[in-house]
Amino acid sequence: MLIKVRKPSDVLSSEITPRSVYLDRRRFLQTAAVAGAGAAVGSLPLAGLAATPGAGAKLEGVVKSPYSTGEEATSRESVTSYNNFYEFGTGKDDPAANAGQMKTRPWTVVVDGHVAKPGSYDIDDIFKAHRLEERIYRLRCVEAWSMVVPWVGIPMADFLKRVEPTGSARFVAFQTLLDPEQMPGQRRAVLDWPYVEGLRLDEAMNPLTLLGVGLYGEVMPNQNGAPIRLVTPWKYGFKSIKSIVRMTLTEEMPPTSWNKSQPREYGFYANVNPEVDHPRWSQKRERRIGEFLKRDTLKYNGYGEEVASLYADMNLAKWF
Amino acid sequence: MTKEQRIRWIAKPLVFVLCLTPLMWLGWQAFAGGLGANPIEATNRFLGDWGLRFLLISLAVTPLKAVLGLPVLMRFRRMLGLYAFFYVTLHLSSYIGLDQFFAWGEIWADIVKRNYITIGMTAFALLVPLALTSTKGMIKRLGGPRWKKLHMLVYPAAILGVFHFFMMVKADIREPLIYAAVLAVLLGYRLVARARRRPPRPVRRAQRTQTA
Ligand code: HEM
Repeated sequence: MLIKVRKPSDVLSSEITPRSVYLDRRRFLQTAAVAGAGAAVGSLPLAGLAATPGAGAKLEGVVKSPYSTGEEATSRESVTSYNNFYEFGTGKDDPAANAGQMKTRPWTVVVDGHVAKPGSYDIDDIFKAHRLEERIYRLRCVEAWSMVVPWVGIPMADFLKRVEPTGSARFVAFQTLLDPEQMPGQRRAVLDWPYVEGLRLDEAMNPLTLLGVGLYGEVMPNQNGAPIRLVTPWKYGFKSIKSIVRMTLTEEMPPTSWNKSQPREYGFYANVNPEVDHPRWSQKRERRIGEFLKRDTLKYNGYGEEVASLYADMNLAKWF
Repeated sequence: MTKEQRIRWIAKPLVFVLCLTPLMWLGWQAFAGGLGANPIEATNRFLGDWGLRFLLISLAVTPLKAVLGLPVLMRFRRMLGLYAFFYVTLHLSSYIGLDQFFAWGEIWADIVKRNYITIGMTAFALLVPLALTSTKGMIKRLGGPRWKKLHMLVYPAAILGVFHFFMMVKADIREPLIYAAVLAVLLGYRLVARARRRPPRPVRRAQRTQTA
């Protein structure tokens, strides 16, 4: 175990200032900036722009979803302190220690490739254009542990419909921010940065697939992949790429980071499957964080009803 | 107090307690809830780390004795070696009793299927006879040279221990590399020391031609 010492300069402004004051100040600055810009342009609508929330701010207008599980959610403490986010270090507690300074505003997601409406989509516009849903999903890590996470997000299909994939689009390629300045883990070549992931278009369009923007009813904490990340609950956690800056609609199957790193161990599909062995961990059982005894792992992490048809004719041992 | 008494009644108990502090720290953290979201994983890793550290510490005794000119260090070697075995045994026990909770079928499958566990188990198996023959009685019964030969098993055990760590990590090999580097120095010292003890080349060549 390597010991991390936090430098005094690492203190977050949200730690020194009471949160409400801090948020109010941000909101004020933002409103002032927008008002200024509005005055300059002359005709900017101000409604809805007032609050650009930072991590931990309450998200408004979130609707419940029938896709949520009734299982007890893993504690917020565990969900936000036990993370694999190698951009901030390879220890489970590194992201919580190091991700605080990542700037999540301004943030744009570039959409390109085979789409009718390519462009740079501002994160706040994405928030405003779509309905936010709470989705309480099981999360199964390839390391044989699991959680239940109350995500808040936008159905991926809603977003894709807006950007209109063309007929030739077959896959979605995702990319995480590349910024070693803000992401200290990227200063070492543990993986081939930036992190990339991909889904088949029909997987991306599946109603379960979510663009996560929050958890526990609040804006996504940085260590969980702020400001926007993928959530595919029937796949191992590493598929759910974090801090997304680009989505490219492609014809060819895109490369994925862990597959590039260890092709024998990590495939493109990475569907949770207790019957397909992994050289490193038995995938038959998992430890739910907070529980002592392991439980049996369910095929597709228990989401077979929604997703099994996607893989009807496939040899899952080959396409792992 | 004679020097012998100081070693026996002060230094040894002190080292003994010092070697127990990691375990006491672990117990305290477990009690105080300081082991994070996955305390079983944290426990198992902590014990594995200390098993490997004590293995390297016991391997450092001989080189340090020579380099520092402190023969007295040899008086602590057995205790340090047994502590290595102690922590590795706890590491294995936490895997069996906490991580797998005595699911023997799963454990057996892991041992035969997962290379890093196969290798860890081999390392453990190599350490068992060393722990069993650590008593004065056993040293006498085996006789010095045979005992010494048997205890050379600690070298492959340490190599496999580091290898086990190497194979266990997913992508970040920095930590296992540090252990590998330390082990390389400790074993490299022995190779060099042995080469120096050997008679010089011409003599050996002469011997070989004689026997041929
Ligand atoms: C000489 C013997 C051994 C040594 C020196 C050793 C040492 C270690 C070390 C240093 C680690 C990594 C800890 C970390 O990440 O900080 C580890 C992990 C591990 N060891 Fe061992 N080990 C030994 C034998 C065994 C045996 C016999 C087993 C089980 C049969 C075992 C099971 C494991 C497991 C399951 C992990 C991974 C834990 C995880 O993924 O969280 N080890 N060991």
